[in-house]
Amino acid sequence: MDILKERKNQVATAASGSPLNLDCGKKSTAGAVSQRACVFCGSRVVLYPITDALHLIHGPVGCAAYTWDIRGSLSSGSEMYRLSFTTDLSENEVVFGGEKKLYKSLIELIDKHQPKAAFVYSTCIVGVIGDDVEAVCRRVSKEKGIDVLPVQSEGFNGTKKDGYKVACEALDKLVGTDNEAQLPDYSINILGDFNLAGELWMLTEYYKKMGVNINATITGDGRVDDIRKAHKASLNVVQCSGAMMHLAKLMKDKYDVPFMKVSYFGIEDMSDALYDVAHFFKSEELFKKAQLLVKEELGTLIPALAKYREALQGKKAAIYVGGAFKAISLVKALRLIGVQTAVVGSQTGNKEDYEVLKELCDEGTIIVDDSNPNELSQFVIQTNSDIFIGGVKERPIAYKLGLGFCDHNHERKEALAGYEGMLNFAKEIYATAMSPVWQFTRHHKMRSSVALDQTPVDSLPNSKE
Amino acid sequence: MKSPHKTYTATRNACKLCAPLGASMAYKGIQGCVPIIHGSQGCATYVRRYMISHFREPVDIASSNFSEESTIFGGGPNLKMALTNVGNQYKPHHIGISTTCLSETIGDDVPQIIQEFRKEQPDLSHVGLAHAATPSYCGSHIDGFHHAIVAVIKNLSDKTLKNDKIVLLPGMLSPADYRYLKDVFDFMGQDVILLPDLSESLDNPHWHDYKRIPDGGTTPQELFEIGGSKGFIQFGDVFNRGASANTVSKRKIETPGSVLSDKYQLKGKTVGMPIGINATDRFFEAVLEMSGKQMPERYEKERGRLVDAYTDGHKYVFEKRAVVYGEEDFVIGLTEFLSEIGVEPVLIATGGKSNVFESIIKEKLQTGHQPKIMTGADFEEISEQCKDVNPDFIIGHSKGYYISKQLNVPLIRVGFPIHDRIGGQRVKHIGYEGTHELFDRIVNALLEYKQSNNAIGYKYL
Repeated sequence: MDILKERKNQVATAASGSPLNLDCGKKSTAGAVSQRACVFCGSRVVLYPITDALHLIHGPVGCAAYTWDIRGSLSSGSEMYRLSFTTDLSENEVVFGGEKKLYKSLIELIDKHQPKAAFVYSTCIVGVIGDDVEAVCRRVSKEKGIDVLPVQSEGFNGTKKDGYKVACEALDKLVGTDNEAQLPDYSINILGDFNLAGELWMLTEYYKKMGVNINATITGDGRVDDIRKAHKASLNVVQCSGAMMHLAKLMKDKYDVPFMKVSYFGIEDMSDALYDVAHFFKSEELFKKAQLLVKEELGTLIPALAKYREALQGKKAAIYVGGAFKAISLVKALRLIGVQTAVVGSQTGNKEDYEVLKELCDEGTIIVDDSNPNELSQFVIQTNSDIFIGGVKERPIAYKLGLGFCDHNHERKEALAGYEGMLNFAKEIYATAMSPVWQFTRHHKMRSSVALDQTPVDSLPNSKE
Repeated sequence: MKSPHKTYTATRNACKLCAPLGASMAYKGIQGCVPIIHGSQGCATYVRRYMISHFREPVDIASSNFSEESTIFGGGPNLKMALTNVGNQYKPHHIGISTTCLSETIGDDVPQIIQEFRKEQPDLSHVGLAHAATPSYCGSHIDGFHHAIVAVIKNLSDKTLKNDKIVLLPGMLSPADYRYLKDVFDFMGQDVILLPDLSESLDNPHWHDYKRIPDGGTTPQELFEIGGSKGFIQFGDVFNRGASANTVSKRKIETPGSVLSDKYQLKGKTVGMPIGINATDRFFEAVLEMSGKQMPERYEKERGRLVDAYTDGHKYVFEKRAVVYGEEDFVIGLTEFLSEIGVEPVLIATGGKSNVFESIIKEKLQTGHQPKIMTGADFEEISEQCKDVNPDFIIGHSKGYYISKQLNVPLIRVGFPIHDRIGGQRVKHIGYEGTHELFDRIVNALLEYKQSNNAIGYKYL
């Protein structure tokens, strides 16, 4: 196994008894071709779905161009968030400063679009040329009477995960600015769902059926005014913990709003997400309604899954996604449809999540943090995986090697959360695993004839040593 | 100079990308070359994702992954580490470095860093290093593409092998276009060096084993033959004149052609992107003149079939109103083609800011109408101007889709990127054959529009 020496402790194999001790949460190794992006990316993906805010990227054109309408996040109202605004700094402004251009840009865009708030993202160069973004934001905020929030997301200033934190800090400035709101009982905020393919709407429907009131959704189908009164809710339900935990913690400290971690992927985790909320409110009624809902949903879902489970039995999957918490759900969801996880990794997972993965996965499963194409391609070949679950950057690795692929990243257009999402997930895995096109790829033939070779990573020679 | 169409200070839905993307794409067309973007991790990852979504191929681009410390104390250690890790991990022939706004602004001296790297890593002395300065606040992706080619010529090429080859500099075209060009020269019996050669490296066949560096690209041998070649032909009227975005320093912009002339005293010819019959004729004339070969019958026939198609379809496209946008040289090529088939390009826009675009466009137009010509444009400005021009179709890359949806007119997807369809890497644009496909697609889009917006359901059109 050919792994850079700087990265050796970021790859491990699940073995019972011993802790995994995976090295994680650190900056990517230069030259490793990490699948991660930067601080700016972390902030941008988190704040992007706030639909009625203006998002202005202060920097040269690339950062805005590559993130234009990038997520599959849907809106039930304003479509403003799908526009890509940038100060598009040129050499002139780099030399003489970009504050004037930023100010003018903001004033004109706010006049035209009348947003509820504005986020101004600093990119690498802003940190270097010394524009006082905060001062410009304060001035515009005063003149236009809306919150204009600087997002300190210079790309070099940490990892993508630090970008999540910066986004949470910007959100924290909005939370608590509306104290008038009176919320009904059982009000929750949903944190860390981004309404990809309308998933949030499915989830809110479940909670509503239980009798739970949804206050703010942060940030899927997000609204500035809802976020302002988010501190009035009784509970923060946090998915995508990597992205949103920081805000949940800030709100706990400042407003004493408790939080819980949930996941909406797969039957078990989805059902727990409902039951846990009922338990939190100590309400028998909520619990009973949740039970009824789960029973109804499973009544149709379980028989519908049977066909896929039968066909997929014994297939092996490699998972490489943004956060490890999602990976945990995916391992369980795959197991439900007969698919074993042979490789699992994430860009930004934490120690705790990786230990959970180790407990959950079969012995010998490769667990990896901040991986790259070289490693991932070796892992899938070594484990004879059939299916890859990842994002756009992993797709060609899978296809070039003759593996099926399921997009579980933020660009996807298929709803994969909730009960309906579980069925979609099974269908998608089935469609990609059972396609007849694999008859033309050599690896497929190898996979069906060659016995399982599961040499643990640790015992493999490392050519870099 | 502020364009009269510029209504907002901010750029809204940019109609251009940044220079490191273009540079990385060009480096991907050099055999055994791995690009490194010297800046934050996101620069490399965004560029990868953007290119993967179009080419649907693995696109590995390394990053020197700046930290706060590198920003303060310089990115040298990170770049050297990236070079070492890429050198060991990928075993490349070459590494193509492009800088970013960050590394340029803090003043990293890349040639100096390369010298240090050479001293510190003698084991990697066989790896060629090319270096292009590509801050994204200067010009756009198309500048980056050309800067990288300049860097390849300066840093990696030589004249050690005298030969009868022609160096062809096609610019940013699809792998299918590159394959067409290769075929033309093969069939003529004239050896060619494509620089870069995107014919395979960004459109690989299915792999049996994972290839860390995809096959294809200008070979090391070809790089050594460049200086000793017969001459060069380059596509494009804008960048090859050295015209590009206005910069504060007003520094002289080197072009691949100017460097080939200066370094190797090679003679060259500049033709526009060969889209349409007139432009393709000029391309073949240039090739025939430089090679001394005869026009093969095959291409006479190809041309004849294209003329035949023009006559079959001319009425469907006559005086149809088109909106064209994209990179300057590509848009100029498209405009000339549209004009020669009787389409009126009513709105011609580019995100580029050269000061020669408008005058060249005016030279290419055959019809007497006065189109709106926009430079430095973004998609919101294009969208605003579209409302007055009442187009019948739009032609450009896929980012203009939302305008075609607003106006309910067909979008003919060409160029880069095509993110909402499969096969962007296989779209042909150039030569008689590419033009033929483009012509058929335009006519058929108009016919389909007519058919589906009509209650009768015509079976013959």
